[in-house]
Amino acid sequence: MRITLNVWRQKNTNAAGAMKRYEVPNVSPDMSFLEMLDVLNEDLLEKKDADGPVTFEHDCREGICGSCGFMINGVAHGGHERTTVCQLHMRHFKDGDDVVLEPWRANAFPVLRDLMVDRAAFDRIIASGGYVSVSTGSAPDGNAIAIRKLDSDLAMDNAQCIGCGACVAACPNASASLFTSAKIAHLGHLPQGQPERLERAKKMVDQMNNELFGSCTNIGECEAVCPKGIRLESIAMMNRDYARASFMERPSTGEVGFG
Amino acid sequence: MAAVATNSTLHRTLEFWQASIGKKTVMAVTGGILVGFTLVHMAGNLQIYLGADVLNHYGQLLKSNVAVLWGARLFLLASVCLHLTAAFQLWSLKAKARPVAYQKLAPTKSSYASRTMYVSGPILLFFIIYHLSHLTTGQTHPQFDEGDVYRNVVLGFRQPVAFAAYLIAMGCLGFHLIHGVWSAFQSLGINHPKYTPKIRNLATGLTALIVGGNLSIPVAVMLRLIGNDVQ
Ligand code: SF4
Ligand code: FES
Repeated sequence: MRITLNVWRQKNTNAAGAMKRYEVPNVSPDMSFLEMLDVLNEDLLEKKDADGPVTFEHDCREGICGSCGFMINGVAHGGHERTTVCQLHMRHFKDGDDVVLEPWRANAFPVLRDLMVDRAAFDRIIASGGYVSVSTGSAPDGNAIAIRKLDSDLAMDNAQCIGCGACVAACPNASASLFTSAKIAHLGHLPQGQPERLERAKKMVDQMNNELFGSCTNIGECEAVCPKGIRLESIAMMNRDYARASFMERPSTGEVGFG
Repeated sequence: MAAVATNSTLHRTLEFWQASIGKKTVMAVTGGILVGFTLVHMAGNLQIYLGADVLNHYGQLLKSNVAVLWGARLFLLASVCLHLTAAFQLWSLKAKARPVAYQKLAPTKSSYASRTMYVSGPILLFFIIYHLSHLTTGQTHPQFDEGDVYRNVVLGFRQPVAFAAYLIAMGCLGFHLIHGVWSAFQSLGINHPKYTPKIRNLATGLTALIVGGNLSIPVAVMLRLIGNDVQ
């Protein structure tokens, strides 16, 4: 089949970008979306196209690394339930389809080139509090700490977040609430996450705001496009933890001279 | 790489709004107060079906204690101001968070109501101002008669333009409530698979009740089901 692509081309973060049209003839329905772009890129290289091949991020191509992702016809990852772009196949398209490809758009995600954005803001959110502190040295016994099945399930559900950024991209407010809440809920459901739980919520939410992400208005577009099925319920947990952290924060006893 | 230099005005503005979750909490609480008021206001107004005497007596009763009346008015005004300020400031984050708009953005499962809160809200603000000048202070009412609530309502709603304004406003209120009510719970951190479907139903039920109850009055006036005693 024949696909017409309208692709956002931008040389670097500071350059002005524009939409360019490309024809991709002979697309096989068995190709993945990225394979179709590979074919386009080979063609562009062969033709020595002035803009060069279309840059897009990818790594695992099996839906687990979170590298890939852009807007396909205005929907993050293309709109197939729990599917990243690399797992999207051309059989979902028809011969003659006109497809619009745009990078994630957010102040916090500057475009590096074409369809590739810089998601380092996510890394900084993680670094601010998305960890648990453990003692090193003697290894603890496996299963020494009992975890309720439900909590372990909820932690695992949230741990699935691959940091792809689709939630930010799909959000009309460009909010990173779903991503940040997935991390907070992941660690907050585990016993190992309890000591730093409130501190973590405070630090990560503050970092999220510092990164110039927008504010959540509970619209739910993030949940709809998330390839890993993270739910708004996690955002509610983040709101609770953040409120508790904000109200219960006080100087440590050492600082005020107790004990 | 940060997109914005540390310490730029933009950065500092956002620092100031670090507590965006805090703003949302304020919106949820004040929104709850306003929904409560709207419900009571509607219940009071429905007394129009009991006739002019009952409604006018109720009107007098509300105005009888100046301290209570102004206490309530100021409380509501404060709620509106807080709700508005928080909304405005959160809204202004939106443009900063996505300076370059999508050429194509297709909503998937989100409701129209949820995506247009920043539209239905301002319309409701203008409506409240109009509504107060129409039936409380009377500047926009053609035949205002201080004290005769019943007559004011009936004559007010017989005007097609006013009738249309109330119709549109109630549509906006419906949209605002159906998302706002459940959204308030979510902002306060209440979301649970057991209760969220019930909260969604509550939002729908409250919306239907408030919009239906309020709209029934202008419709009944227009259909001459009430107010035939007013010339
Ligand atoms: S929450 Fe979902 S959409 Fe957002 S970054 Fe994680 S996996 Fe991607
Ligand atoms: S390339 Fe790894 S998730 Fe798509």
